[in-house]
Amino acid sequence: MVAATVRDVTDVCPLVKAAGLVKRFGPVEAVRGIDVEVRRGEAFGFLGPNGAGKSSTMRMIGCVSPRSGGELTVLGMDPDTDGARIRARLGVVPQEDNLDTELTVRQNLQVYGRYFGLSRAHLRAKAAELLEFAQLTDRADDEVDPLSGGMKRRLTIARSLVNDPDLLLLDEPTTGLDPQARHLLWDRLFRLKQSGVTLIITTHYMDEAEQLCDRLVVMNEGRIAAEGSPAELISRYSTREVLELRFPPGEQPPVEPFMDGMAERVEALPDRLLFYTADGEATLAAAHGKGLRPVSTLVRRSTLEDVFLHLTGRSLVE
Amino acid sequence: MARDLAEAARAARTPAPPRRALLLRVLPTGLYAGRARVLLERSALANRRAWLTLLGGFFEPLFFLFALGVGFGRLVSQVTGPDGHPMSYVAFVAPALLAASAMNGAVYDATFNIFFKYRYAKLYDAMLATPLGPVDIAVGEISWALLRGGTYAAGFLLVMAGGGLISSPWGLLALPVALLEAFAFAAVGMAATSYMRSWQDFDLVQLALIPMFLFSTTFFPLSVFPRPLQLVVECFPLYHAVEMLRGLTTGWVTPAMLGHAAYFAVMAVAGSVVAAHRFGRLLLR
Ligand SMILES: Nc1ncnc2c1ncn2[C@@H]1O[C@H](COP(=O)(O)OP(=O)(O)OP(=O)(O)O)[C@@H](O)[C@H]1O
Ligand SMILES: [Mg+2]
Repeated sequence: MVAATVRDVTDVCPLVKAAGLVKRFGPVEAVRGIDVEVRRGEAFGFLGPNGAGKSSTMRMIGCVSPRSGGELTVLGMDPDTDGARIRARLGVVPQEDNLDTELTVRQNLQVYGRYFGLSRAHLRAKAAELLEFAQLTDRADDEVDPLSGGMKRRLTIARSLVNDPDLLLLDEPTTGLDPQARHLLWDRLFRLKQSGVTLIITTHYMDEAEQLCDRLVVMNEGRIAAEGSPAELISRYSTREVLELRFPPGEQPPVEPFMDGMAERVEALPDRLLFYTADGEATLAAAHGKGLRPVSTLVRRSTLEDVFLHLTGRSLVE
Repeated sequence: MARDLAEAARAARTPAPPRRALLLRVLPTGLYAGRARVLLERSALANRRAWLTLLGGFFEPLFFLFALGVGFGRLVSQVTGPDGHPMSYVAFVAPALLAASAMNGAVYDATFNIFFKYRYAKLYDAMLATPLGPVDIAVGEISWALLRGGTYAAGFLLVMAGGGLISSPWGLLALPVALLEAFAFAAVGMAATSYMRSWQDFDLVQLALIPMFLFSTTFFPLSVFPRPLQLVVECFPLYHAVEMLRGLTTGWVTPAMLGHAAYFAVMAVAGSVVAAHRFGRLLLR
């Protein structure tokens, strides 16, 4: 009865609740007062460029970095006083792999489970299951060092699941992986979500955020610039379509003459002009009418990349 | 329903609260999960192929014993023992080499190995993302270093016993004393490692160990030094280990032994506290 009540409370309470959360490293203010709520069962994203404060936020949620200010509860507890109890129910994939290079693939899973106080018998079965999940069964007794980057990443993700966490923190899970490896990882993360695990993901890949996240915040310079589902953000901060015009180096025309009427908004990137518009083809015809002669043109759907450009005035992919 | 089953399964898996040593019960749980033992399990697995290194650490003092005891000992046939009576040089030097090997084994593990795991392998970052805290790490790693120093000591003691170099039943206490010594050196070594910025700083470790190895009455009695230097030598931790072990293996046991043991107890506790505190601060930023 009591247990049921406790569970009901955690069911309705957000798994992570931050209010005015701040992280300072000496004079550097990495996180400058953010408000975040992550609900049970959702996949929540932190999207932002280098140095936005994503990892600093994740480390505070992971109870390995004390907050400098503001409020934070994780799984209904305070990291300052209940850090160990919270960590017992978290899975953490850090930005940089920190696998145990002195152990084999299988031992990495088993020994990590021992840190959670799980029994050897339980871990023998669990390791086999996770090796299968990470598609590393045939490498189980190999050393970790010679594994490819993608394999190491999968092993790190598998390791984070050894304690059947309620909440999984993934800091740039697919950075540095080739497209195939990324898709494999996305598939694994998607399955986890389906099985009810709450995910918090940081990324600077727009497609990743669109694929995986139910809700996300765009972070920039330690602050939250926008919040919503990918579709909401796109409809709020962008247009339905985007027309891209590429020009040869040095021949790109200034944007000013096209500001009026042709599109809702025009952005100039070093190598191209972006026209935000409801109808890309119509805008393209208008551009030709104005005498523009780009080397190539592209009409595409709006993405989070465009949201980001609008919110921060800079492109993520340099 | 499925949720309930999952919850029940989780409850069944949830480990019993670990027993916490009395002294450590006062610590906040964030710093200590009471699971330092699993670090020993990890070290045992990680070192499963390092038996060659272990063998090297075992033979090193034996080579010294052979060179000094059998070779050098021919020239210096007798020295004055702790009780003021003359004794054979090899029996004089053996307990000192025992003390030195316990020190070397412990310090090597607590400095080089821990620095590598901290700075490059990021092992402790991985551990701290689990319920483990900095005290688990300090206690676990110091215990491993102490086990390693203690293993060398045990092997060497067997050789001493076989060679008839232990002339008193008090010699049985040499093993626990060597373990205490290794504990103290491991703890202080790990604390020192938390201040290291790069591999260059490890030259300082060598700089501290070598004079200590040579002058802590390891190879000649304290009486050869002028009084001011004697005072310096008497501050060296290794000196206290040599005094204790030489006294025990020759049967010259005095109340001063308790003082020597207290010296190491203080080193061990202070080193452990500083190591846990410093690594906690460095890693949990
Ligand atoms: N341990 C630290 N000491 C000092 N400054 C730090 C520390 N960790 C992070 N910072 C600073 O905090 C700011 C935010 O860093 P953070 O790692 O949180 O960004 P990020 O969004 O994860 O970036 P990236 O995409 O590059 O991983 C940066 O200016 C960084 O230099
Ligand atoms: Mg980061």
